[in-house]
Amino acid sequence: MVTPVGNVPRVPTQLKFRDTLGRWKARWVIGRMRYRVAPGLYAVGNPTSKSLVFVSANYKMSFDYLRSRLHGRDAWIMALDTKGINVWCAAGKGTFGTDEIARRVSQTRLVEIVSHRQLILPQLGGPGVSAHEVKDRSGFRVVYGPIRADDLPAFLDAGLKATDDMRLVRFSTVDRLVLAPVELMMAGKYLLWVALALFILSGLGRDLYSFERVPTVGGPTLLLLFAAYVAGGVMTPVLLPWLPGRAFSLKGALAGLVVLVAVGLYSTFGSQWSPALWDVAAWTILAPAIASFIGMNFTGASTYTSLSGVRREMRVAVPLQIAGGVVGLALWIAARFV
Amino acid sequence: MMGLRYLSNVVTLQLDERKCDGCRRCLEVCPHAVFVYVNKRARIADRDACMECGACARNCPPEAISVDSGVGCATGVIIGAIRGAEPTCDTTTDSACC
Repeated sequence: MVTPVGNVPRVPTQLKFRDTLGRWKARWVIGRMRYRVAPGLYAVGNPTSKSLVFVSANYKMSFDYLRSRLHGRDAWIMALDTKGINVWCAAGKGTFGTDEIARRVSQTRLVEIVSHRQLILPQLGGPGVSAHEVKDRSGFRVVYGPIRADDLPAFLDAGLKATDDMRLVRFSTVDRLVLAPVELMMAGKYLLWVALALFILSGLGRDLYSFERVPTVGGPTLLLLFAAYVAGGVMTPVLLPWLPGRAFSLKGALAGLVVLVAVGLYSTFGSQWSPALWDVAAWTILAPAIASFIGMNFTGASTYTSLSGVRREMRVAVPLQIAGGVVGLALWIAARFV
Repeated sequence: MMGLRYLSNVVTLQLDERKCDGCRRCLEVCPHAVFVYVNKRARIADRDACMECGACARNCPPEAISVDSGVGCATGVIIGAIRGAEPTCDTTTDSACC
């Protein structure tokens, strides 16, 4: 649309299949780092100089969430250059921050477009934005909106008033579930190499090496590796509130034990596969160790773990995980020759 | 929040109540309701709910709040340790941590 400073792109509030597909792909890390919109000013509906200005990250998922909740309204969206990163992470890094807001206000010539001096920011931009400093540098007063864009209509209708609940971040089962794919893809990258190595090493034996052994030993080995991967990467996030302990590494280790027992029961009652004692010993240590490590890394995706807490849990967990990995691997290799 | 609590007695959050001017920005930005507003001043109500995001400290004009903010992410700590630096999210490469 046309403004005093030139053309501003108008964006629809209706999301298309393409947007939904893009969001799904981003969750699975497909093209995730390139999923962004150009920083700058956008129009929703037919905004005037009196219309509200909402500040967004230029991660397309964030941008889409925002515009889709402004249905039926006239507003401006100022997308910051957060390098395609979402609001909260960018705020932590400072890219969704005071400097970038001041820069973007200047670049978009916002003072010539709106007659008021107010910016509505997502609450989770707080870690990177100093509201009083933004006021000093740009002349715009920051109002922190609700955490979730879903609450925007209610927030706006109440005259920019947030309820206590709107200001609380959650971590529901769905929230945790949609974050699991990222962790799975990241851990998967490394685990694939481990799987390959173990698969090849499965041929080891008293006769030095036999290719026939690779599928018969390698098969169950990969199954157990995969089970530990699922324990840490899926079970831990999903069952987070119900797994005992507060440390994620402990929850992961317990999840690893559970899948170990499940695989053990299956091998005892459901299949002809009877593992040697050394293999049982090896996986009793390896499964919890691997699941613990992967589960521990979910702290980065969580909405409530402090850095001090993570450091404290790592001080205990990481040495145990490393020791578990080393001892477990040694036992597994020994199992090939015994 | 589904009763999810992290480790206790570990965060570095501090509030100097004498410096607080009652602007309530901390209550506005805290995603875990750590603060309450009592007698026209902010007070810490639930320290163990704090995740050290730093929003409160950054939005406190009289600088009454201090916290060692950082990303509560094990991967970040590991990456930082490998590089001999502070915990980092490492978005310079094509990693999709965030």
